[in-house]
Amino acid sequence: MASGLINANPVVYERKERQVRSVPTIIDEDAEELIDQQEIFDYIRDIQDPEHPYTLEELKVVTEDSIEVNDKKSHVSVTFTPTVEHCSLATTIGLCLRVKLMRSLPSRYKVDIRVAPGTHATEAAVNKQLNDKERVAAALENPNLMYMIDRCLEPTYYY
Amino acid sequence: MEKPNSWIAHVEAFVDSARATNQQAASVDAIAVLVHKDLLTLEGLVIEMEQYLTTSDHVIRARGILLLAEVLSHLLEKPLDSRTVSSLVEFFTSKLEDWQALHGALIGCLALLKRTKKFGMVESNDAKSLAESFLRNVQVQSLAVRDRKLCFEVIQRLLDVYPQAVVELGDDLVYGICEAIDEEKDPRCLMLTFSLVGTLGRLFPDPSGPLGNFSSDVFDILSRYFPIYFTHPKGDGLDITRDDLSKALMDAFSSSPLFEPFVIPLLLEKLSSSLPSAKLDSLKYLNSCVPHYGADKVVKHSQVIWSNLKDVIFNLSPHRSSLSTYGSDGDMDSEVNQIANEALNCLQTAISHLNFPDQDSFLCLIIDDEDIGTRFWSVTSMKNYSGASTEIQCQLSALGSILSIASKVSVYCCTNVFQKFFSCLMDILGVSGKHASKLCVTDHNTCSDGLNFGALYLSMELLTSCRELTLSSKEFAPEVISEPRSWFYVLKNISRELCDALGSILETPESAEHVYCAVKGLQVLATFPEIYSPVSEATYEDILVMLMSIITRRNKETYLWELSLKALVQIGLWIENAHDSAKAISYNKLVIQRIVSMLQPNDSTISLSLKLVAISEISSIDLYLLTIVQAFEEAIVSNLRACFEGNLKSSGVLVPLLQCYSNQVLPRCHTCGNFNDIAVQVAVSIWNQIEYVAVFRSAILMKDVLDQVMMTMKHLVAGCTEENQFLILQKACSSLPKTFLIAESLPCALSQLEGFQCIQDTTLMSCRDEWVFSLFGSVVIALRPQTPLVNVKILLNLFVVLLLKGNMPAAQALASMVNKWPADVNKSEVSYSLDQAIEEILKSCLWTSESSSNFIDRDSCFQKYVVLGLAWIGKGLLMRGHEKLKEIAMLLLKCLVAGKNVDITPFQQHENGSKDVGQDASSPLATFAADAFHVLLSDSEDCLNKKFHATIRPLYKQRFFSSMLPILLSSIKESDPSSKKVVLYRAFGHVISDTPLAAVVGEAKKIVPTLADALAMLSLDILNKDMIYSLLLVVSGILMDDNGKAIVLENVHTIISLLIKLISYPHLMIVRETAIQCLVAISVLPYARIYPYRPQVFRAVSTALDDRKRVVRQEAVRCRQAWASIA
Repeated sequence: MASGLINANPVVYERKERQVRSVPTIIDEDAEELIDQQEIFDYIRDIQDPEHPYTLEELKVVTEDSIEVNDKKSHVSVTFTPTVEHCSLATTIGLCLRVKLMRSLPSRYKVDIRVAPGTHATEAAVNKQLNDKERVAAALENPNLMYMIDRCLEPTYYY
Repeated sequence: MEKPNSWIAHVEAFVDSARATNQQAASVDAIAVLVHKDLLTLEGLVIEMEQYLTTSDHVIRARGILLLAEVLSHLLEKPLDSRTVSSLVEFFTSKLEDWQALHGALIGCLALLKRTKKFGMVESNDAKSLAESFLRNVQVQSLAVRDRKLCFEVIQRLLDVYPQAVVELGDDLVYGICEAIDEEKDPRCLMLTFSLVGTLGRLFPDPSGPLGNFSSDVFDILSRYFPIYFTHPKGDGLDITRDDLSKALMDAFSSSPLFEPFVIPLLLEKLSSSLPSAKLDSLKYLNSCVPHYGADKVVKHSQVIWSNLKDVIFNLSPHRSSLSTYGSDGDMDSEVNQIANEALNCLQTAISHLNFPDQDSFLCLIIDDEDIGTRFWSVTSMKNYSGASTEIQCQLSALGSILSIASKVSVYCCTNVFQKFFSCLMDILGVSGKHASKLCVTDHNTCSDGLNFGALYLSMELLTSCRELTLSSKEFAPEVISEPRSWFYVLKNISRELCDALGSILETPESAEHVYCAVKGLQVLATFPEIYSPVSEATYEDILVMLMSIITRRNKETYLWELSLKALVQIGLWIENAHDSAKAISYNKLVIQRIVSMLQPNDSTISLSLKLVAISEISSIDLYLLTIVQAFEEAIVSNLRACFEGNLKSSGVLVPLLQCYSNQVLPRCHTCGNFNDIAVQVAVSIWNQIEYVAVFRSAILMKDVLDQVMMTMKHLVAGCTEENQFLILQKACSSLPKTFLIAESLPCALSQLEGFQCIQDTTLMSCRDEWVFSLFGSVVIALRPQTPLVNVKILLNLFVVLLLKGNMPAAQALASMVNKWPADVNKSEVSYSLDQAIEEILKSCLWTSESSSNFIDRDSCFQKYVVLGLAWIGKGLLMRGHEKLKEIAMLLLKCLVAGKNVDITPFQQHENGSKDVGQDASSPLATFAADAFHVLLSDSEDCLNKKFHATIRPLYKQRFFSSMLPILLSSIKESDPSSKKVVLYRAFGHVISDTPLAAVVGEAKKIVPTLADALAMLSLDILNKDMIYSLLLVVSGILMDDNGKAIVLENVHTIISLLIKLISYPHLMIVRETAIQCLVAISVLPYARIYPYRPQVFRAVSTALDDRKRVVRQEAVRCRQAWASIA
């Protein structure tokens, strides 16, 4: 990036230990395991930041608590916190989250991606952009953008 | 003598530096061989080579000298006269001046110096002049690595072999060596230089000698390497590690007391380094130097050494979160732990070497140290371990280690430590012996509220080290026992009270740590060697009673209970090792008898499972194993009797009892040696019980009890020798109902059978008969192949009859007999061969089915028994690799296709509902036959395994697989109606999934299409779900194989559509998961072939994203990504 990094020196937090779910020894074939917070978090925690070799979890862009999920109503809402207020990559991060969830969740789900209130200069604009179907679709047509998103998502498939 | 021109070519080849290296090596070899065979003398060689050795062209001269040297190093074992050796040495010595030819000269010198006396070695004065020339002419550090290494080897050799000669060189030698080793950096050379210095240290012990003059220089050179910093990667081919270097340097350091003034300060300085490896090394070096330098040298440093060691021990003592995990620290190897351990080792060395009877001893430093005193008071004011701060916990463990090390060293030390600390500890614990302590500071508030854990811990540590002291020193001076000031006397006087105190701690334990220490203390007190035992006989018995009462009463407190049990076992093992007969008697009386009595039915102290835990633990003491085994036998027999008489409660007891007996106690009898007697006795008494009870009171079969008794019987029989097995077999035979054993010949038996059959068709076998026959079967199952069988024919008939009645053990026994049938009939008593026997069996098994329609019309239960029996017999044959197996396999195949021809048109199928198709369409007989293949190929716990002495031919499964596969495949192809296909597929599935994967993958080409069809067909029926899974595993195994991938690619369409179908398989989660994983594996196949299926896969996977199970969803995400990224 010619213009230099937007946040040159982000604070890196420790990763949380990946919780191992206790697997019952006798599997009840009919019992339904609903999609929950932790599952969604496991999908998105390893997404790489567009400008640093850290994951969104390490930068605390997303946390487990910032996810709301209602499996019955097929609705997920993820609130993320950009590392700096004026981060121009907030939309890219949001787009990464959306694409990852689109690829990981059943099609019945409605996904809302939002910037955490008060953490971004152009919060409303970013939110609008991220939840506008047409604009998201248009963005995904852009090969450069898609290349970048795929690069960010790559680590999430190898945990 | 060989003509010069024949070998001079070799010389020319070597001298010509343009030739290839291997050619040159070959010419050296050739010349060496010639000399060795006396076809060429060394003199002749030298004379012919004169021009090469003396020419002014230094390249050729160097090569010439090198050739001579190389030849010499090939001739180490060739006898040479002293004149030749001497002139050669003179030559090479003179050539040391010739720097251009130095490499060859060094090799030559080394080769000569390596010669042994037997083959003629270098004279001492020649060696001396060599050394002189070397020291004068060779500038070691200006040479390349390989030459430096040679130089050091030459010096080492000189020092080792000619010490007298070189010692005369004195200062020159030491100075020369100093010069040579200065600034050395190559690890290979360093190993040599370190050992050189070590040798020097031994050669010049005199402080006013040469080494004395140069010791500071030598140390100056060596000290730069400490602590060793070595970063070479592992695979550098040098094969030297940091530890090797460190060890070599340590030997150099400790080689001479002359280094003491320099080394000890350096070590102590580096001890305070923050680098852990430096700390660790300093401690190791110190530990090695102290004994080498001698007490009088080191004693002046003792104050400093102690204060440094104290720092390390107190600051780096490993912190234990709980004492209960004591001794099993997870990270024993961590650096901190290593340092702490090394520090303690060093402390022990220091105490034992710096040990003077007067006030200067190292020990006095420790016990008179005020710091230790204050720490002692601070840790002994600690009430509760877990409540105290981490710092205090560490201090406690450090102080414990110091005191225990100090008292472990010698009787003198132990007594001193005891006088200083033990009495105080006892006072704090509130144990006041007859011997009042005078040393103790009285104003310390003694035990008033709660027990003092710190004091308890320290006393436990002290006790433990006392015991170790008595173990390590075989004999004490008599005054140790009589002298009133000695530790033994103190401990003896107070032992009674101490025991009581520990006992009262256990009565109302305050914490797990208290329990741990108290139990440990009791255990230590009870395991002193006989003559040095501080506890009296009565006290010893009290300890046992105390621990036993915990076992019988305090089963709720798991930790206490387990520890006490462990302590009892340890005490027992100690008695066994020490051959302490007096203690053995009381142990037997108080512990073993009590434990054994718990097996009696009226004992209701603790739950059965705990009793069994206690007994099986105690049975690890070989001394009492026999008593325990007998108790078990009695318990088993009486419970068995009660069972037969209809006491259902006993059956609940019997199963765990037998489990414990056959899994825990019996294996120990093997090591103990008298397994045979025990086994025969128990087996016979079980049979006696059965004989004794003519009719079972209880009408229920008690299947679980029977299974367990059978298993025990098998274990008993399997472990015996042939003779004893025969005894048991005879006993078992005599217990069989008499009617079965009168029959002499087969036809007669057959007629009887038929009669039997008729009767039994209406009335079921009685419960007792079931027991008798099943147990008899188990005896036969576990026999060794060499054990002779009597009345083989009758046995065969009996088992066949039982088999037809559905008695599984009979079928297995038959299989066992067939499997172990002696190969050579003439040698054994068996009158007829295995082939005949099989004929008989088959005839009698299927005598009703000779016309197959007849057999097919029989009721399905009977068919099931026959087919199952056939399968077991087949397994027996298969495992020994017998020809007749083919017949049985063919019979099974016939059954497979013989089912009633129920043709179901697709329309009807639809009517019936697809779910039931599998069941309705195939006759039960065919299904049994299909499942028989599972019996044939799977491993069984019950019989025909290594434990029960089966004959097992290697690769029998693979062999069966490769012979059956074509037949199965062709019959699948031929069979038209789908109804028959289902069972064929089922059989095929069993064969494929039970054969080792490697064999199956090898045949992938033939299998894959059928496998896909089988999966598709079998997945219609929920009952096949386990088989679906194992077949899917085969598919994934094929997908992992490179060859297999190509074959999957040929059938990619079928496979993908099959896997897509299985993604939504509702009955088993792992099937869905594995199917998706297989799809992931397929995604790496060539792009052009799989791309067309991409949309299909996406559709299937996106439904899997909404699966019930999380694992499946996660796999689906991965699979989706894998297929998305192929575009």
